[in-house]
Amino acid sequence: MNRYPVWKYAIIVIALLLGVVYTLPNFFGEAPAVQVSSGKATIKVDTGTLQKVEDALKAAGVNAQSVALEGGSIRARFDSTDNQLKAKDAVQKALIPDATDPQYVVALNLVSRSPDWLTSLHAAPMYLGLDLRGGVHFMLQVDMQAALTQRVESITGDLRSLLREKDIRHGGISRNGQTVEIRLRDAQQLEAAKRLVSAQLPDLQTQDVADGAEFRMVVSVKPEAARKLQEQALKQNITTLHNRINELGVAEPVIQQQGLDRIVVQLPGVQDTAKAKDILGRTATLEVRMVDESTEARAAEQGGIVPFGAERYLEREGRPLIVKKQVILTGDNLTDAQPGFDNQTQEPVVNLTLDAKGARIFKDVTRESIGKRMAIILFEKGKGEVVTAPVIRSEIGGGRVQISGRMTTAEANDTALLLRAGSLAAPMEIIEERTIGPSLGAENIAKGFNSVTWGFLVIVAFMCVYYAMFGLFSGIALAVNLLFLVAILSMLQATLTLPGMAAMALALGMAIDSNVLINERVREELRNGASPQAAIHAGYDRAWATIFDSNITTLIAGVALLAFGSGPVRGFAVVHCIGILTSMFSAVFFSRGLVNLWYGSKKKLKSVSIGTVWRPEGGSAVKAD
Amino acid sequence: MEFFKIKKDIPFMKHALVFNAISFVTFALAVFFLFSRGLHLSVEFTGGTLMEVSYSQPADLNKVRATVGTLGFSEVQVQNFGTARDVMIRLPAQKGVSSAQQSEKVLTALKADNAEVTLRRTEFVGPQVGDELAHDGLKALAFVVIGIVIYLAVRFEWKFAVSAIIANLHDVIIILGFFAFFQWEFSLAVLAAVLAVLGYSVNESVVIFDRIRENFRRYRKMNTVEIIDNAITSTISRTIITHGSTQIMVLSMLLFGGETLHYFAMALTIGICFGIYSSVFVAAAIAMWLGIEREDLIKPIKKDRDNSDENSGAVV
Repeated sequence: MNRYPVWKYAIIVIALLLGVVYTLPNFFGEAPAVQVSSGKATIKVDTGTLQKVEDALKAAGVNAQSVALEGGSIRARFDSTDNQLKAKDAVQKALIPDATDPQYVVALNLVSRSPDWLTSLHAAPMYLGLDLRGGVHFMLQVDMQAALTQRVESITGDLRSLLREKDIRHGGISRNGQTVEIRLRDAQQLEAAKRLVSAQLPDLQTQDVADGAEFRMVVSVKPEAARKLQEQALKQNITTLHNRINELGVAEPVIQQQGLDRIVVQLPGVQDTAKAKDILGRTATLEVRMVDESTEARAAEQGGIVPFGAERYLEREGRPLIVKKQVILTGDNLTDAQPGFDNQTQEPVVNLTLDAKGARIFKDVTRESIGKRMAIILFEKGKGEVVTAPVIRSEIGGGRVQISGRMTTAEANDTALLLRAGSLAAPMEIIEERTIGPSLGAENIAKGFNSVTWGFLVIVAFMCVYYAMFGLFSGIALAVNLLFLVAILSMLQATLTLPGMAAMALALGMAIDSNVLINERVREELRNGASPQAAIHAGYDRAWATIFDSNITTLIAGVALLAFGSGPVRGFAVVHCIGILTSMFSAVFFSRGLVNLWYGSKKKLKSVSIGTVWRPEGGSAVKAD
Repeated sequence: MEFFKIKKDIPFMKHALVFNAISFVTFALAVFFLFSRGLHLSVEFTGGTLMEVSYSQPADLNKVRATVGTLGFSEVQVQNFGTARDVMIRLPAQKGVSSAQQSEKVLTALKADNAEVTLRRTEFVGPQVGDELAHDGLKALAFVVIGIVIYLAVRFEWKFAVSAIIANLHDVIIILGFFAFFQWEFSLAVLAAVLAVLGYSVNESVVIFDRIRENFRRYRKMNTVEIIDNAITSTISRTIITHGSTQIMVLSMLLFGGETLHYFAMALTIGICFGIYSSVFVAAAIAMWLGIEREDLIKPIKKDRDNSDENSGAVV
């Protein structure tokens, strides 16, 4: 009755193997490394970059333990921090010739020392939260109402010029919060205006306001369009943050959307919060200017003196370009930039949409300068870069501009992104901030580790003394539980925080509950005179229902914490829930396997080693050993 | 080894009234302190800035207080954190002042005073987040309570569900009462501990109820009081040992976990101690007052019973 079929043992062995494999990376520790990732949306880290890094290291005479390209970044591992620093300097010199214009982010990082075969199985050490490794955490709230107001403001201008273009007379257009109110002369004009809006601006909805003799209509953004707008604003802000954080040289920044209007930024290892905050809050601007095509300017491109009223900027390929100082348009006039294809040539293009004011200026400028070049410059960190400088082929009206010219699809995507992401789509505010010093992180790891270790050892010791052999089985089951817990956390790459480590300790303390239940039950059966084999069987069987019930109630609490918790509570809840699940497997299924293996085959089992089974009837303790 | 050599069933239910009275008094006291003193909520809930700085020498709190005071913050709290060299500074949320500048300003001022000071940790929480966290906490509590009641009502019977949840909510209130009385800091981690304890000590009631149900099937001649007494007596050794084991872990956290885990472990300790008490003395007693009977439990789970009877035939 106490035998497992082979498949059950097979499950246990496989689970143990998986547990060991995925827990292993945690034991190898971390090696100092240099990580190279892209510093700009237009730069890709590829095998060419890898070659450059390898060459740079060879030239500097630094031996790397390994250099590999993994998921868009290059990681070079070293045996000491000295070599790491030397390598960083060498790589930086090779990849970033101009320090004011970094194309790559070269950052110091720690990389798991685990061997390649583990990495190829996607086995990685647990992902430590900021409180364990130090760093900064920000939560930013995106002001969606401001984004919407901004949009409505530009729509107001659009409407004004649209009505003028179509000769619809109006008695005033005004923005009222997030709606635009238009007064019109008569019913016909009203009808015409309505048709115009629905034909030209599909994102808007109109509503008549019957107000005595006046003909008015209220234009507002459709709810679904507003939602899309907000999504885009959030995405754009995230992209912008990415670009900016690259500059900080953080190895593994986390920039995530949280909820509908929040962004979480985590920068492990960063201590300089002031700089980080400065960078997060900065705005980038876009400017459209004319290219100076005079002979002096041509000469200046070759290295001559820049003529008066002009400035030298670099194109993305690094070629200098002389651009007039006079600004035609700024990013404020740009409402959208999307990658697309040209209707006729099927070439990749970027479609820009300008607001009404921008469109009017653009039309005038392009009419006057056909055949000349115009430069679109992105200013970030107070430094400009020419994104593109196309030749004007014809007058461009209507505020829809297409930029084309020898772009690949990827380049079109990147340019559109850069144009859009140059600035924040909506203002943001820091609503939560946490900084944890690196020494505190290390201390927290030690504290969490000590709590788990000592608690675990004392419990196992007690179990062994109190329940003898069964106690030992329980102890082993508890160790296996810990193994599974660590393995699953490593596998899921769930963030481990200090509350998470507390949850781990607590999970072990609660997991032993199941084994105590079983052991007590077996003792009770023995006390009532059952044969050892029957007692084991009944003990496990009866305890199971109770264990299941009690774990479910604990799980309900865990799930609630997971669903409603945030920050530290979430870290706790994840480990808590996983711990409950693993404990059901290890404490019941696995420990039964051990017991079956040990006692199951013995047909004439006289006694089991489960400590003292005390019988009140006999008046004397029977040592069932 | 055996700690519990109990010859006869202990007549717990005979004293049920006394236990319930004790419970009620503790409960009333806890509620009283909750209202009169209130919880000392952490910055996570109230919003504001928390800074932990470390000096190389034991810090002079008065000096720190004076330095921070000159910056014009109202209601600044300065206290030691763990050791004499670590200082925790709590600044209230200020309207209009962005998070960041606050901690920068304080650190600059402290650095000017004593260059050896280092920043170990800062935490800023905006007021809107604080409100949300408080709401989410309450939602989580409601979710746990409703979830457990539904589960127990389905698995056992509504009288058990109600008594278990009353018993364990009484634990929660008592934990909160302790935090109010001693003015310990109530943080998110403590909230997590409270909810975890709620789930955990319901376990305890479940174990006893399980045994009561089983006893109703096995001992047909016993009356309800005897059955409850027997159920508690036969599970008491397990109760003490499992709670003891969990407490070992919590104690280890209390000893090695440092300041950050201190109140978390504290909440668990109180929760575990009162968890035993309420499951043993309160939950079953309430179930008894609510009038559980054999019929409540035996009928709906006929199939279950047949199975267990088959297995237990040799044993009884």
